[in-house]
Amino acid sequence: MRHLLSAADLTRDEAVLILDTASELATVTDRSVKKLPTLRGRTVVNLFFEDSTRTRISFEVAAKRLSADVINFAAKGSSVSKGESLKDTALTLEAIGADAVIIRHGASGAPHRLAHAGWIGGSVINAGDGTHEHPTQALLDAFTLRRHLTNGEGDLAGVRVTIVGDVLHSRVARSNVLLLQTLGAHTTVVAPPTLLPVGIESWPCDVSYDIDTALTDADAVMMLRVQGERMRAAFFPSANEYSRAYGLNAERLRTMRPGSIVLHPGPMNRGMEISADVADSDRSVIVEQVANGVSIRMAVLYLLLGGNTKGQGS
Amino acid sequence: MTALVLRGVRPYGEDPVDLVIEAGVISEVARPGSASGRVIDADGLVALPGLVDLHTHLREPGREDAETVETGSRSAALGGFTCVHAMANTDPVADTAGVVEQVWRLGQRSGLVDVRPVGAVTTGLLGEQMAELGAMAHSQAQVRVFSDDGKCVHDAVLMRRALEYVKAFGGVIAQHAQEPRLTENAQMNEGRLSGVLGLTGWPAVAEEAIIARDVLLAEHVGSRLHVCHVSTAGSVEVIRWAKGRGIDVTAEVTPHHLLLTEDLVAGYDPIYKVNPPLRTHDDVAALRLAVADGTIDAIATDHAPHPHEDKDCEWAAAAFGMLGLETAFSIAQLALVDTGLLDWRGLADRMSVRPARIGGVESQGQGLIPGAPAHVCVVDPTARRIIDPEAVASKSRNTPYAAMELPGLVRHVVFGGVPTVRDGALA
Amino acid sequence: MDVSRAHIVLDDADIGRAIRRIAHEIVERARGSEGLILLGIPTRGVLLAQRIADAIAATEGTDVPTGSLDITLYRDDLRLRPARALESTSIPVEGIDGKTVVLVDDVLYSGRTVRAALDALNDLGRPAAVRLAVLIDRGHRELPIRPDFVGKNLPTSFAEQVRVEVAEIDGHDRVTILESPEPPTAEHEGGQRR
Repeated sequence: MRHLLSAADLTRDEAVLILDTASELATVTDRSVKKLPTLRGRTVVNLFFEDSTRTRISFEVAAKRLSADVINFAAKGSSVSKGESLKDTALTLEAIGADAVIIRHGASGAPHRLAHAGWIGGSVINAGDGTHEHPTQALLDAFTLRRHLTNGEGDLAGVRVTIVGDVLHSRVARSNVLLLQTLGAHTTVVAPPTLLPVGIESWPCDVSYDIDTALTDADAVMMLRVQGERMRAAFFPSANEYSRAYGLNAERLRTMRPGSIVLHPGPMNRGMEISADVADSDRSVIVEQVANGVSIRMAVLYLLLGGNTKGQGS
Repeated sequence: MTALVLRGVRPYGEDPVDLVIEAGVISEVARPGSASGRVIDADGLVALPGLVDLHTHLREPGREDAETVETGSRSAALGGFTCVHAMANTDPVADTAGVVEQVWRLGQRSGLVDVRPVGAVTTGLLGEQMAELGAMAHSQAQVRVFSDDGKCVHDAVLMRRALEYVKAFGGVIAQHAQEPRLTENAQMNEGRLSGVLGLTGWPAVAEEAIIARDVLLAEHVGSRLHVCHVSTAGSVEVIRWAKGRGIDVTAEVTPHHLLLTEDLVAGYDPIYKVNPPLRTHDDVAALRLAVADGTIDAIATDHAPHPHEDKDCEWAAAAFGMLGLETAFSIAQLALVDTGLLDWRGLADRMSVRPARIGGVESQGQGLIPGAPAHVCVVDPTARRIIDPEAVASKSRNTPYAAMELPGLVRHVVFGGVPTVRDGALA
Repeated sequence: MDVSRAHIVLDDADIGRAIRRIAHEIVERARGSEGLILLGIPTRGVLLAQRIADAIAATEGTDVPTGSLDITLYRDDLRLRPARALESTSIPVEGIDGKTVVLVDDVLYSGRTVRAALDALNDLGRPAAVRLAVLIDRGHRELPIRPDFVGKNLPTSFAEQVRVEVAEIDGHDRVTILESPEPPTAEHEGGQRR
């Protein structure tokens, strides 16, 4: 692996390797010295064109635990907000000597451009691009699913996952559908028809408009954040109607299998797609997802930067 | 003055002749080897009437960093064209007699092709108020084609009025069919791939709905309508239906929509970002057949030069458009002639005769007969070349065909009796 | 592998004796098995550590905690190869603070693996003492490191490879020297690990 741009880039074995590596690295969090010397002398840039404190901090902690030097390059307050192009920013980072660039960008495909336009030589990690993908989120979700639903090893063969919410605009949903397919899980996406992309029938998942039937045999449900502005753009009539039809509440949770779990990539709209009692219930693994995010990002950074990075295939 | 002789050339790929040109007109079609004068050896090459482009962006005034009338004219001549229609979305917009005359004069000065300015339909392309269409029609530039290209005249009342108004001077409205609300922030053809790539979809219906509305409006007011860059199979069906009904509608298709498909977007390289977007294989197949059966009247390049920085960026930030003039003939040959859909006469009809008629350019597209103005394009269909963006005459480099090997080479071009291109280079 | 150029240095009986001797020496040096922890360096070091623990249990009747210590993340040669998969690190629940940790590896060569293991231990806690037990010491140290317990000292040339095979992985216990001028293959490179 040279870059991590899309969950689709990963084979089953590569994905399992990342999960296994994350399992080993997770133990570092429990130690008194939460630091490894592995990436000493490597420079990792957090290039965030969109605000996302939680994702940025997760990558920052991950890189620092591996002893990499971390530079946070936020669009706000930097030359980017003065209209500097992605290319010029990239050339600057290349001149600084960045070994990896972790990019969050509002434009779908921006990480792909950064990796392949010939502007920089380092690794590129997609930390969320537009409405395209967020592969490390899918990996941390898979890691969380594996811990709870399988014996913590191998892939997710046979696991049934239901993803509910704004699939159309969700990079989390795209990456998850792809990765879950790679890992052998069975996925159902649930949303009002307006929030499903054209062509969803060709995705490797089942599609439903009815949350209640899609929950009954699920081992896990993943709730997606729904943004209020979608309402104003006529994707659905009101927050109340959305919540009634597609929100996860205690009543719906009771219809799910014993031992099934609830995930959410955060930040949550409590009362909208998920009720407060569900978010705080013992079936919710939402806080654990955050911790797992650090382990997964350490694993990705180690596997991309921990060895000889020259002459690798992508 | 001695005659110019295109020796041994094959008009429309038919039997070889000597094409004799004197005083700006074709004076004689003679037995091969029989004529004398300044001889250009064209043995075995195919002669077509000079190509006419209904849709060119020359960018001057305003974006001379991307193209000028001069560089665009060179690009056109090398592509086999003897006439181009310069779109109105310049800065300032070509919405007054002053601006269209400026563009017309720059074309005259360059002297490589007929530069026919297109006038804007609405002031500033804003879609609010009709521009002074009459003044542009009666200016020195004699504008006959009006278009807000790049933007759709989406107000139905304004479109109706414009269709009616231009009847007074034989003008035509060339509509950029794009329903604006259905295409807000749209980036690529809407379909399976747009969903996977997370790029906002550009549904075919956004084009087809406007065309359907406009043909009905044209029928209602008894006007002539031209549809720019048709890109979907559905649009073809609507136009075919309208023509069958006797509605006075014509349509054009770009070379790239006859060859390239949306799959190219998968790498997020903005070189493939274009308006209307690249569509599916089925659309390409339907467009080719529509050109073949005449439902689509013309191939028009939508030559859209952009400076490097407007394409060397992330997809969403990039400009729409691609170069077309210097590759149009090759793409047309590849998509239509080499596939057996059109013969050379058919291609000449779609790239010269009909576009000249639609644009109201009387001196162009008159064919290769004695007495016709001497606009001739001589091509070698057997030659092949690899496209090198650095070698184009356009000021910009945004060709989507870089490193592709394409058939067909424009060898010689005669514009008004004067050679503008000799052996593939500007004369 | 060209077996004709390999010769056997230790057979299964020799290895068994070496393990029992090392076990005995460890207990003797520590004056009993109290406070001992055996940490093997993956892959074969872990198995050898378990065998030493079994030998101590057989003679002393006490169970010495064992674990594994993956040193991959502490290697000084990470950038010479693509990123390697991690091996398991498992430290006995009681931790290493105040304990006598015996690192166990199959072959001691340049000393760099042991250096990395010492760094890794440092991040895990503060042992009272760290000892080093190896089945084979083949010489050619590049760092000031010496073993406390050695199964066999085996002078070698750079061109030679020492191959340690254990029944759990390879089906038999055996140590061979290969006079191979070619670089070692990935797994059986005990003699070449640097």
